[in-house]
Amino acid sequence: MKHLGRRTITSMCWVGMLYGTPAIGATIDPITDFRQEIQELRLAYEARIDALEARIVLAERASKQARSSAVEAREMAEETAIGTTTGDSSANVFNPAIGAVLVARAADIDRNWETIPGFIPGGELGPGKSGFSLGESEINLKASIDDLFYGNMTLALEDEGGETEVAIEEAWFETAALPTGLTIRAGRQFSGIGNLNSFHRHADAFIDRPLPYQAFLGGQYIADGMQARWVAPTNLFLEFGAELDWGSSFPGSGSDETSPGTWSLFAHTGGDVGTSHAWQAGVSYLSTEVQDRGLGEDDAAAAFTGNSDLVGLDFVWKWAPFGNPTVTNFMLQGEYFRREEKGAFDGINIDTDQSGWYLQSVWQFKPNWRLGYRHDRVATNNGSIFANTLLEDADDSPRRDSLMLDWSHSEYSRFRLQYAYDRVLAKSSNQLLLQYILSMGAHGAHRF
Amino acid sequence: MRGLIVAVVLSFLSSQGHALEVFACEPEWGALVSELAGEQAEITVALTASQDPHRLQARPSLIASARRADLVICSGADLEIGWLPLLLRRSGNPDIRPGTPGYFLAADYVRKLEVPTRIDRSQGDIHPQGNPHVHLNPHNITRVAHKLTERLAELDPVYADIYKTKLDDFIERWQVAIDVWEVRAQRLKGLTIVPHHRSFSYLADWLELDVIATVEAKPGIPPSGAHLSSLLEKLSNHPPAAVVRTPYANEKPTTWLAERLDTPQLILPYTVGGNDDATDLFALFEVTLTLLQDLQP
Repeated sequence: MKHLGRRTITSMCWVGMLYGTPAIGATIDPITDFRQEIQELRLAYEARIDALEARIVLAERASKQARSSAVEAREMAEETAIGTTTGDSSANVFNPAIGAVLVARAADIDRNWETIPGFIPGGELGPGKSGFSLGESEINLKASIDDLFYGNMTLALEDEGGETEVAIEEAWFETAALPTGLTIRAGRQFSGIGNLNSFHRHADAFIDRPLPYQAFLGGQYIADGMQARWVAPTNLFLEFGAELDWGSSFPGSGSDETSPGTWSLFAHTGGDVGTSHAWQAGVSYLSTEVQDRGLGEDDAAAAFTGNSDLVGLDFVWKWAPFGNPTVTNFMLQGEYFRREEKGAFDGINIDTDQSGWYLQSVWQFKPNWRLGYRHDRVATNNGSIFANTLLEDADDSPRRDSLMLDWSHSEYSRFRLQYAYDRVLAKSSNQLLLQYILSMGAHGAHRF
Repeated sequence: MRGLIVAVVLSFLSSQGHALEVFACEPEWGALVSELAGEQAEITVALTASQDPHRLQARPSLIASARRADLVICSGADLEIGWLPLLLRRSGNPDIRPGTPGYFLAADYVRKLEVPTRIDRSQGDIHPQGNPHVHLNPHNITRVAHKLTERLAELDPVYADIYKTKLDDFIERWQVAIDVWEVRAQRLKGLTIVPHHRSFSYLADWLELDVIATVEAKPGIPPSGAHLSSLLEKLSNHPPAAVVRTPYANEKPTTWLAERLDTPQLILPYTVGGNDDATDLFALFEVTLTLLQDLQP
């Protein structure tokens, strides 16, 4: 019907042209119209030729079909055979996925600090020294152990004053076949509390961990123990987890207790808003029974014994146009922590109330390039009785502002420049850092 | 009368039975499941046509979907290596672990192109098993359809006969469509294209198109200015019929190159939903062929 209509109009043009009175000619240029007509005819003929050819093909098909399906079956058999014979060494094919990460930095630090005013220090603290330093070079192995278990091990190699230290950062196995969304993990693992805590440091958007992580978790809480996680069978993502740890790392005491002194609970939820937005939010709780937690290595006398309770809230929001992060994307992330430590420190009864938060955004403004900004701060309300001690409340909350710019040539290489305006101590300081993160081997996971 | 009984039985079965929950990584496999399982399956598709299958993150909504899935169907050949293994582990769902009937990779059942002889990241983000973008050859869809139906029947034996019927019906229509496409495509033989990424290798192989270069110097690595300049120089004497990209690829380098070569930039739908017309697998190929045919003078 559509064709007929168009042809009628064209015929009317013809008539109009022949009689020298352009009927519709005022709006339709006759030459363009001719061309259109020819084009239409050409397309119509092509379509008819195609259709005729297709009919011939269809007629031939019946006889060919039997033969071609036989060919297909043979091809498929061949492919299956090809698929099963990969590699020539049968011992090697069982090798786990191996990945190595090279990290190093060069820094110009105005003023180093190793304690945050108002906090009993522990774990890794501070911006570190100026100059070039190899960070933690990592080796990671992961593979299925058998049909029930999956294993993962990460070794960190670090240069400590000319001596190489090897640390077991992670060494855990988890179940792979428990029913109904349940996973149990045991061994040394990054605790599931908070958001940033379960990420490898080299996946962070900034060179150093935010202040609340440094103050409350010594950079990262690594748990020796067991974790159970359960994902609910709901449309909305809901994950619940619990951990039971022997609390060997900060804020635990590091002593060889026989009973687990630390436990934690966490829950995460998240989803999408349209195709461009995705979010996740979580809440966590970490409770530690601390026994004689010393101040680093040198001071055995000043030690804390008591209870340490940490509550955390976290959220992440990510945006990419139509969910496609290739060209640009944006991420906003924040966490809030509050801790109460109650017990005896150096023979004095204490009850400290401390909090901290950070907010960071990272914007990929063009492929390969990202710009980030972070504000992080901590605050204490330990009380006036701690004047002139380590736990003295700072006049102004220790805080920092950091800017970073990074460039990645591929998914496997990243170079980062970071500037921080640091007001952790009473006197402010500037820090400029340059870092590279290069991964080799197994493909890393795209965690949210 | 018999038709009516079948219809009544079918509607009874589909209202009574528990639908198979299918998690499809890419839209093309979601569309295939919908052809082969119809109402028997409730399908969640992880990617939209505007998202790069290499670059997805294991985000919360996907973990929640994978948690409920009875079957995961993906391209495989390491296309989803960055997020699928993590997604499956995080979901804690034992029914879709690799090696179980609930884990189906399409690339396992087709002959792969561009299998690298040198496996080293200096070659870019290559896939050791070969090019994973297997769906743009309709014969591969045929092969995968057969295997997928076997899998559906294994997972859901009660409806095995229905899956078989649906497969026969689909293959019948699909083969007719292929025959017509192949007649139409005869005129496309030797058409020169420069794709952004090696996303159209199976299409080019099927239609005997001539891929004379790719905009990316190495797979997965955005092209540098220097590479684009040298590409322009190389192609300027014999410009391709089109610079081709997927809807999700960065438009800047392809636009730059196409403009300077004075050749059209063609955005092929790549997968179901890749443009307004590519509403199912049939339309995907139909639209792709039409867009390629329109290039010819």
